[in-house]
Amino acid sequence: MDGNATITRRQFIVTGATAAGGIAIGLATSPSAFAATAGAQPWSSEDGRNPHDLDAFIAIEPDDSVLIRYVRSEMGQGSMTALPMIVTEELQCDWSKVRVEYASANRSVRENKVYGDMSSYGSHSVKLSREKMQQVGASARERLIAAAAARWGVQPQDCTAANSIVTHTATGRTFRYGEIAGDAAKITLAKEPAIKTPDQYTFIGKPMPRIDVPPKTNGSAKFAIDTQLPDMVFAAINACPVPGGKLKSVDDSPLAATPGVLQVVRLPDAVAVVATGSFWRAKQALAKLHPEWDVGDAGTTDSAQFSREYHAALDGPAEVARNNGNVDEVLPKAVRTLEAVYETPYLAHAPMEPMNATVHFQPDRLDIWIGTQAANETIENAARVSGLNAEQIYIHNCFIGGGFGRKTANDQMVQAIAIAKAVQRPVKLIWTREEDMRRDRFRPQAVTRFKAGLDANGMPVAWSMRNVIGSIFASLGMHRPGLKGPEPMAVAGLANNAYNVPNTRVDAVLKNTHLPVMFWRAPGENQNIFALESFVDEIAAASGQDPYQLRRKLLEGKPDWLKVLDTVAEKSDWGKPLPKGKGRGIAICDNMGSLCAHVAEITVSAKGELKVDRVTVAVDPHYVVNPLTIAEQMEGGTIFGLSAALYGKITVKNGVPEQGNFDTYRMVRLAEAPKIDVHIVPSGGPAWGGVGEASTPPIMAAVANAIFAVTGKRIRSLPIMDHDLSPGSA
Amino acid sequence: MVTITVNGTQHQLDIEPDTPLLWALRDVVSLTGTKYGCGIAQCGACTVHIDGQPMRSCSVPIASVDGASIITIEGLSPDGKHPVQQAWIAEDVPQCGYCQSGQIMAVAAFLKDHPSPTDADIDANITNICRCGTYERMRRAIHRAADLMKA
Repeated sequence: MDGNATITRRQFIVTGATAAGGIAIGLATSPSAFAATAGAQPWSSEDGRNPHDLDAFIAIEPDDSVLIRYVRSEMGQGSMTALPMIVTEELQCDWSKVRVEYASANRSVRENKVYGDMSSYGSHSVKLSREKMQQVGASARERLIAAAAARWGVQPQDCTAANSIVTHTATGRTFRYGEIAGDAAKITLAKEPAIKTPDQYTFIGKPMPRIDVPPKTNGSAKFAIDTQLPDMVFAAINACPVPGGKLKSVDDSPLAATPGVLQVVRLPDAVAVVATGSFWRAKQALAKLHPEWDVGDAGTTDSAQFSREYHAALDGPAEVARNNGNVDEVLPKAVRTLEAVYETPYLAHAPMEPMNATVHFQPDRLDIWIGTQAANETIENAARVSGLNAEQIYIHNCFIGGGFGRKTANDQMVQAIAIAKAVQRPVKLIWTREEDMRRDRFRPQAVTRFKAGLDANGMPVAWSMRNVIGSIFASLGMHRPGLKGPEPMAVAGLANNAYNVPNTRVDAVLKNTHLPVMFWRAPGENQNIFALESFVDEIAAASGQDPYQLRRKLLEGKPDWLKVLDTVAEKSDWGKPLPKGKGRGIAICDNMGSLCAHVAEITVSAKGELKVDRVTVAVDPHYVVNPLTIAEQMEGGTIFGLSAALYGKITVKNGVPEQGNFDTYRMVRLAEAPKIDVHIVPSGGPAWGGVGEASTPPIMAAVANAIFAVTGKRIRSLPIMDHDLSPGSA
Repeated sequence: MVTITVNGTQHQLDIEPDTPLLWALRDVVSLTGTKYGCGIAQCGACTVHIDGQPMRSCSVPIASVDGASIITIEGLSPDGKHPVQQAWIAEDVPQCGYCQSGQIMAVAAFLKDHPSPTDADIDANITNICRCGTYERMRRAIHRAADLMKA
């Protein structure tokens, strides 16, 4: 019997293939009694070790409880459940006895990078860790078996392991894992065991509730902002409102007699106030200061100017990312040509937990409480800015209150280290929402031009795509050794588009303003797919073709793409008549190795009010660890993309990002949230896809295309709220 | 000096009278389940019950709640088994989880006034922001919690 089967059958009803070949997910009973657990405090103990360590990844205690160390960080994406599920598949332990904590970045430094890459971005946690997690589980299982066999004086191959018990098959004798873990810890296998192939999985693939959910329902889950230390003080900060500007001077006399204010700390581009008692006190004191800034030339810029400059750059020199056939020769001779220019704005990440860090700096030791998407990179960064060795630095990585890419670059930690050095006390620095939004490293703005030549049947025979877009690598100061052509994000979704068009050219002009830019959920695709999938819709409209059928023809011979496309069309009732004022739009993309398609069904009222009623998602991640989490990521990523499509823009005036809070940077709320149906159609194959970002890009085009279906208005710039959708408007 | 009762325990707070209840709870009373999200009563991450009413505590000056009884997420139930919490777990609602204390407190108060809520009731009353987009599961969990409360 498989060790995990009993629990999972009681917990869930899982049907096999549905009509479309997908996986239906049903949560049958409240699962918490059978579930693995995460503590309220996710970071590991002081040195990241446990007296019952089998190795750096697994400790098994005498009571059979299994501690699994998770090398990534949890921000809602679910890999804190998925990776331990993968270990459990091989370890054959009882899932209800599993407890999970973050692996220690400090231990990894001290033990020759034992945890390897600890980052959570690029939707890669499962992709990059799956094989290793299987090996870790399999190795531990074989060592437990070897320990039991030695006690009995029998051969390991005559023993089996299941449900946290090793059994000698012939005699039925058993040891609990907890009884032999100490022996197993001393065993080195002569050879690493083979790991299961996906067809052998019995636990991977089952819908398991996320282990971090219970502490997130009672206020106990620890986020970095919740850190409390003895003697801790609070810091509020204002960086120069024009990104890139410097602090000239600040007069701190307004705070001379303010109770509780400890210190004004001047940083090269910011001023911070440190106070005792509460963050509020620090924030109020900071508001009394009127720093003088050197904002440079950027202080006269605005969004209209940026837009003009980006449009002008369309005709400048570009770096080629893809060039098939001969676009220049074929396109002008086509029966019909189309051209369209799309524009997407800067966006803020706006995680619900604003940037913050708590730092305790001592001469020979640095402790940092933070929510970081890359603890191993954070520890190296902290070493650089603090002057300490990485071995002396302890990252207490917390549950992350939303990351979406932002929490890979921890600017606030760099500030907090400087402030802690200045005040010589543990300090908690919190960015206000306004600081968080205006001092973001934004999703780049872009202007994207398409030209297409169609044949007599309306099929594109040649097309070109040029993107003018901010360089993330340049903004982050990252080098691109060996990189040919533009950086991948600039042409993501375009250069790798799967459409069979014999003559295709994709190029990019990398152009930055003074606003820093960075990775934002589905970098590149989140804007390029809006543009591309809208333009494909334009081709369909221009040639009188159904947008779904046109895509089918362009994807001929690509069964995995067609499966996703056909699934979303079938499940969304594509083609079935809708009442007046309602319509559907479709879009598809490849993101982080997963294919994802949306159909959005919308209503546009006589007054031009838009409501997204229903969204159908089909996704092919190739393999499925936890279908429940995949469904959640599809739902959440859809809402994330919908907020951007409907409302998202950061505009600039006098060099300053204008939007600072949720009153001006609007989010989709519950009343606006469409019903979302998710269909998972895994196609297998050699590669695994990621699921954290795949559903963010296509929803934007799906909604825009639905607007065209209802109103005949083509949305060529975001956000949609800037467009008048009422009949008769231009 | 302001006196408030938080989850049944009385606290005397000697802080600036304009200090929002949110920061008094987090930094002075040391209950961090109530979260800061926006500071302008837009997102609802800081929702607590003040004398039974759901309020966005980031915009409630401490001086205005002298003598009030406040319930935070930590005090919603003695064992974390309030029907809304049970429903949240059963529907696997939270993702990053940061907004969920406020969501749960908003829903717990809402269900007292709407024991059999329609979707329209939910739309009109549950307005907190969830950046992870857990709204659909939240809606299911609200209906489930309503059923649990009747059972």
